[in-house]
Amino acid sequence: MRRIFTVFHALGLMLVVFSAAYLMPMVASLVYDDGTLIHFALAMVMTFAAGLLMWLLTRRYKGELSVRHGYLLVIGMWTAMPAVATLPLLMVIDGLTFSHAYFETMSGITSTGATVLSGLDNLPPAINIWRHELHWLGGMGIIVLAVAVLPLLGVGGRQLFKAETPGPMKDSTLTPRITETARNLWLIYFSITVACILSLKAAGMTWLDSICHAFSAMGLGGFSTHDASIGYFNSPAIEGVLIVFMLLAAINFSTHFLAWRVKSLKTYLLDTEFVATVVLILVSCFGIALFLWWNGVYPTFMTALRHASFNLVSIATDCGFSSTDYNQWPIFAPMWMLFLSCISVSSGSTGGGIKMIRTLILFKQAGREFVKLLHPAVVNPMKIAGHVVPNNIVFAVLGFIFLYFMSASALVFALMASGLDFISSFSAIIACINNVGPGLGVVGPAGNFSVLTTFQTWICTLAMLAGRLEIFTLLIIFTPQFWRR
Amino acid sequence: MKILILGAGQVGSTVAESLVSEANDITVVDTHAEKLRLLQDRFDLRTLVGNASHPSTLKQAGIADADILLAVTQSDEVNMVACKLASSLYNTPVKIARIRASGYLDHPEIFNSDNFCVDFSICPEQILTDYIRKLIEFPEALQVLEFANGLVSLVAVKVFDGGPLVDKPLSFLRSNMPQIDARVAAIFRQDKPIIPEGDTIVQEGDEIFFIAATGNIRSVLKELRRMDKPTKRVMIVGGGNIGRRLARSLEQDYQVKVIEYNKTTCEGLAGLLKHTLVLNGDGTDENLLATEHVADVDVFCALTNDDENNIMSTLLAKRDGARKVIALINRNAYVGLVQGGKIDIALSPAHVTIGSLLAYVRQGDVAAVHSLRRGAAEALELIAHGDRQSSKVVGRRIDEIELPKGATIGAIVRGKDVIMGHRDQQIEEEDHVIVFVINKSMINKVEKLFQVSVGFL
Repeated sequence: MRRIFTVFHALGLMLVVFSAAYLMPMVASLVYDDGTLIHFALAMVMTFAAGLLMWLLTRRYKGELSVRHGYLLVIGMWTAMPAVATLPLLMVIDGLTFSHAYFETMSGITSTGATVLSGLDNLPPAINIWRHELHWLGGMGIIVLAVAVLPLLGVGGRQLFKAETPGPMKDSTLTPRITETARNLWLIYFSITVACILSLKAAGMTWLDSICHAFSAMGLGGFSTHDASIGYFNSPAIEGVLIVFMLLAAINFSTHFLAWRVKSLKTYLLDTEFVATVVLILVSCFGIALFLWWNGVYPTFMTALRHASFNLVSIATDCGFSSTDYNQWPIFAPMWMLFLSCISVSSGSTGGGIKMIRTLILFKQAGREFVKLLHPAVVNPMKIAGHVVPNNIVFAVLGFIFLYFMSASALVFALMASGLDFISSFSAIIACINNVGPGLGVVGPAGNFSVLTTFQTWICTLAMLAGRLEIFTLLIIFTPQFWRR
Repeated sequence: MKILILGAGQVGSTVAESLVSEANDITVVDTHAEKLRLLQDRFDLRTLVGNASHPSTLKQAGIADADILLAVTQSDEVNMVACKLASSLYNTPVKIARIRASGYLDHPEIFNSDNFCVDFSICPEQILTDYIRKLIEFPEALQVLEFANGLVSLVAVKVFDGGPLVDKPLSFLRSNMPQIDARVAAIFRQDKPIIPEGDTIVQEGDEIFFIAATGNIRSVLKELRRMDKPTKRVMIVGGGNIGRRLARSLEQDYQVKVIEYNKTTCEGLAGLLKHTLVLNGDGTDENLLATEHVADVDVFCALTNDDENNIMSTLLAKRDGARKVIALINRNAYVGLVQGGKIDIALSPAHVTIGSLLAYVRQGDVAAVHSLRRGAAEALELIAHGDRQSSKVVGRRIDEIELPKGATIGAIVRGKDVIMGHRDQQIEEEDHVIVFVINKSMINKVEKLFQVSVGFL
């Protein structure tokens, strides 16, 4: 039990660092003079104090974290940070319950983008900046920031990285030192975000909107500053810019880093995941556009293509913007988009879901089984991009998929038991566990998660957390073995 | 010539064996005393136990006045270091190293005189792989050997019933396909050489060696025997050094299956090969062969380290319907025993690879040597130097050259042109002349012919 305090010690430090995040909405509040400065300042002080207190009280237990405690710390961070992040929301927005505020900040930090707030257009700019900043910080994983900073403070970070970075190929370290790797990834993330802000501004957004939407797009979150989401702008240019940056954010950031280091776009073609994702999304865009046009949803193919591509890319990359109420489309199209959201983002990106690499591994595994039936003596190891993937990874992936489907089913059943209709329950859980954002039915792009009961809200909050932490990381602490010495 | 051979493995001993008979002073160095004792018992040479990359060992072995250093130990690194030492300390004129790792071969600059000083690098496995690949490309041929960077090929083929040339004189070949130039260099009938003349009648069962431009091989083969369907399915038993390389070079163009006994080796192979089906099992297991449809296999190659296994699995495969079977056989005695029986081709790795080494050891300017019929005959690519005064070949017509009986000039390569060795052809300076010698004893005479007389210097 004593070692638990080591986790609290580190967590305290994390909160102290996190309190710096309030600076940005404070600046926004000064610029736009929306009267929320005092609330953010107060929240900052409270977070700082809580963290400092936690840190001071447990400083006797300062020490290296084991892998087990790494898991605990990750879960601690992903629950504690949204908790403290609710402070300004609770103070500024009247009548907001803690359940809803926690849902909102969890949705922010897990870069889901599902919202319970309405009247977004009239929220104080600082609140909107805060919501989107949560996306941005959560997107790459606050952890990568922490990994870059914490070792400097004398707390080891490698075990955190292992627990946090998504995908089965997490051991492909790019530079010998983890701090260096994290710093490089963060630098790339930062640069692409700046590029996104400038492009959105050039495409016609205000500075506030471009910063918010760039944060949202890069974290593959999906919050918007408008109730109508991107539909508010009704601008093909903005949609085009966002499509490009959502796709960029859905690529493994290690690939970005490699491409930048060797200064060659060829790197992308060598990334099997990237190629599979792009092909899948391109084919789907044209397919869905054709389908919509054929069914007379849109009068011309080009309009159909415009709406199909934006919404499909947004949902498939687990971002969650919408430019139109696709809930009104024939059910095949939105279902296909939700299906893509489960599989199509790359590992090491800011998206969620099963990830393309796992999908590819399972596809190849199925192929291996066929070959094995035809040639019983065959030796055919799993190969991805010419490299052999050890069998234990294949088993881990199988285990993950099983847990993923089981968790999703259990949560869907929980929602249905509480009285929600099937389409809404199913799409809400899929949208939350994949960190997409909007679902279908009552929680569709035109609706909002505020229609859910408190119980249902918490179920969805749990789904977002489980999805973001890749299920294993969350469920492991509920196994008896985890607590056994 | 004084020759120092490092490593008494398969390559080392075969080279020693074949050079001893050509009147050279040979010293063999190895770390295993037992291997050396066996060599010394059989041949007239000197042996030394020691680490081949140590200066003291090299010195003791007499590197100081060696003309050629042949570093053919198991280890690429030892071979490279030995060459470097020989060059730095003793200035040995010719240094040849066996280098297997493609990691080294990909960077030829590391072998130059500023670095490891390897004058020639050879890779026996690669030579063998190329050789087998040719046999798979031309399943009708018994042997396909290339000269002058692949411009000219020497092909051995067995005459079967059904070819247009059977029971006809050789001159018929010329009149039957006037547009293609090929020359029959030798005919072996019941293992006896026949010197081919225009009126020699081709019989069923003859082994014919002909020389042609590489692009024309298929047309000539068509004249000699009925053509098979082109190769599609290849099965390889043994995923060692040779099996692996072969599978890798074939997998783009053919359907390849590799059977390997060792599970770990299988996993390594499967990781490396992209389109090859790797099977874990015994190449002599008839059930496995049947499951994998050996009956539909076009070429079946048994390339394990074990001669008996190779013979047995090829016999099984042939019985079960494989079209052409190739067995790798190390023991010389076995090769003669099985070749031409049930097994279509018995390959002796030593004989296939020795030629590339011999080329460097020979007198005169020899570009390539291929050992034929288990070392009894030889085909050489010699480069003619000098002029009419200093050379016995340059400026003369082929029928003016005093070639020993049994030696034939098959073709001449001048720049990029291939010229068949007809009687009235004149040889010019820098021509590559391909000579076929039916008996090894004449090689010396042929080489002498091509040496430039002292007056030229």
